Amino acid sequence: MIEFKNISKHYQLKGQTIRALDQVNLQIPDGSIFGIIGYSGAGKSTLIRLINLLERPNEGQVIINNTDFTALSAKALRQERANIGMIFQHFNLLQTKTVAANIEMPMKLLGWSAAEREKRLNELLEFIDLKHKKDAYPDELSGGQKQRVGIARALANHPKILLCDEATSALDPQTTQSVLELLKKINREQGITIVMVTHEMDVIESVCDYVAVMEHGQVIETGTTLDIFSQPQHPTTKNFIQTVLQQQLPVNILNNLENQNQNSIYCLKFLGKSAQETVIQAVIKQFDLSLNILFANMTEINGAVIGQMFIQLLGDPAIIQQALQFLEQNGVQVEQAGVQG
Amino acid sequence: MRDLIVQWLTSLTAPFWKSALSMDQFVTALQETFHMVFFAMLFGCIWGFIQGITLVATRPGGILPNRAIYHGLNPIVNALRSLPFIILLIAVIPLTKFLVGTSIGTWAAIVPLTIYVGPYIGRLVETSLLEVNEGIIESAQAMGATPLQIIFKFILPEARSSLILNLTTATISLIGATAMAGAVGAGGIGDLAISYGYQRFDTSVVILTVIVLLILVQIVQMLGEWLAKLR
Repeated sequence: MIEFKNISKHYQLKGQTIRALDQVNLQIPDGSIFGIIGYSGAGKSTLIRLINLLERPNEGQVIINNTDFTALSAKALRQERANIGMIFQHFNLLQTKTVAANIEMPMKLLGWSAAEREKRLNELLEFIDLKHKKDAYPDELSGGQKQRVGIARALANHPKILLCDEATSALDPQTTQSVLELLKKINREQGITIVMVTHEMDVIESVCDYVAVMEHGQVIETGTTLDIFSQPQHPTTKNFIQTVLQQQLPVNILNNLENQNQNSIYCLKFLGKSAQETVIQAVIKQFDLSLNILFANMTEINGAVIGQMFIQLLGDPAIIQQALQFLEQNGVQVEQAGVQG
Repeated sequence: MRDLIVQWLTSLTAPFWKSALSMDQFVTALQETFHMVFFAMLFGCIWGFIQGITLVATRPGGILPNRAIYHGLNPIVNALRSLPFIILLIAVIPLTKFLVGTSIGTWAAIVPLTIYVGPYIGRLVETSLLEVNEGIIESAQAMGATPLQIIFKFILPEARSSLILNLTTATISLIGATAMAGAVGAGGIGDLAISYGYQRFDTSVVILTVIVLLILVQIVQMLGEWLAKLR
């Protein structure tokens, strides 16, 4: 487990004290994929750099598997760092070295023999599917290929933890997905704890088990990805979720309606537990109402469906009430709809 | 080998070369220039790399920040860099006498040449190393590299091209400086230009030196650019 205890980090800039991190407490379970999301300047990059102490906190402790990293000597810290892989937004590969030499670098630093290096190199090239690029230089690779090399390099020494600092932010959406799939595979097959910093909610949505939302150097919300997506509390969290899941009815849809009575429009929230879209069919069959599906936005997180559906219910108000109750009994949260202005 | 070159040059230039300067003297001067450039560059590189690496490592925010070393070394480098070569040449005569035993000749010239080019190479090395992407250093630290490993396995190899181009520039400045060293009897082709061309009004020698220097600089520049592109 990675544990941040009362972490504060501040520095002086033009005579002003900037609080990069303010009393952060966070626990990252072993074997999970843990996402840290926030806008730029929220302190998320500083936080991930505290795990291998590329940045030192002014106060507080970083405890990894019962070892207090902040108390380690320089030498002991270097040894621990060799067991934590890290990948970066801009890959940080040595431009003057081939793919093979880049991947072998951490093994060379640790003094592995040529035969050991060769063996591990081939395993890793196989794993990232870049055997044919072994002797290529980084500037001959695409962004996605560079990040794969970065991943192979980070995994060279069989780390227990992999840190990803905006690892997909410089990649196009398709390449992002393939790199995320690779990270997921590493997590599932090798049980490596992955901590990733991102400003993209869809990255969190597609791979993370847990998420922490950061703002102004503080963790404002944390929990399982499913809980955060289905029941965000903080406005910033809601904003992030809005980027992947539309929370309000787009105003154009409302304008195109024949009956524009906003009171007839409801937002159904599917929170991934028991709720299924089939309940809609049940409503239509059981109740004498006209039901229009106006807009829906669904996603799947770790096998659970969550999202919103905007419907218009027209008919006898009493029957409408019964239908709404029926929906709630079936695990769907019902709200009078908000409209995006 | 040397005799052959002298013979060949003499027969080649015989139809038009009317100067008192023999091709034998010319080849000797050329050898002296190469000698000075080679050794001053060698010692200058040792000096320059130590200086450059030290300043990059100890600078605030560097991999081994040390205010005392950084702020101690920096002004010394500036002081040495501020002296024009012709003044340095005379100013260090006592040191030259102490180290070489004389203040005249090729070896004697190598002392001021090294003092001239060493701090200069140091600054060039410093700039080249600072150009290396911060991210490379961060990734090295994340791998658990020691400060020495970061310098020798990450920063220096990544700065290679830039270092070669900068050393090319330094070599060219040094060739210029060796010509000036002729003024204290260091020999070399600069000496020819002064003692034959300037003092004896022998224009053909001046033209010859100019052509030779031109070719020399051209070759060094081309070689440097070619080496910088290799990997």
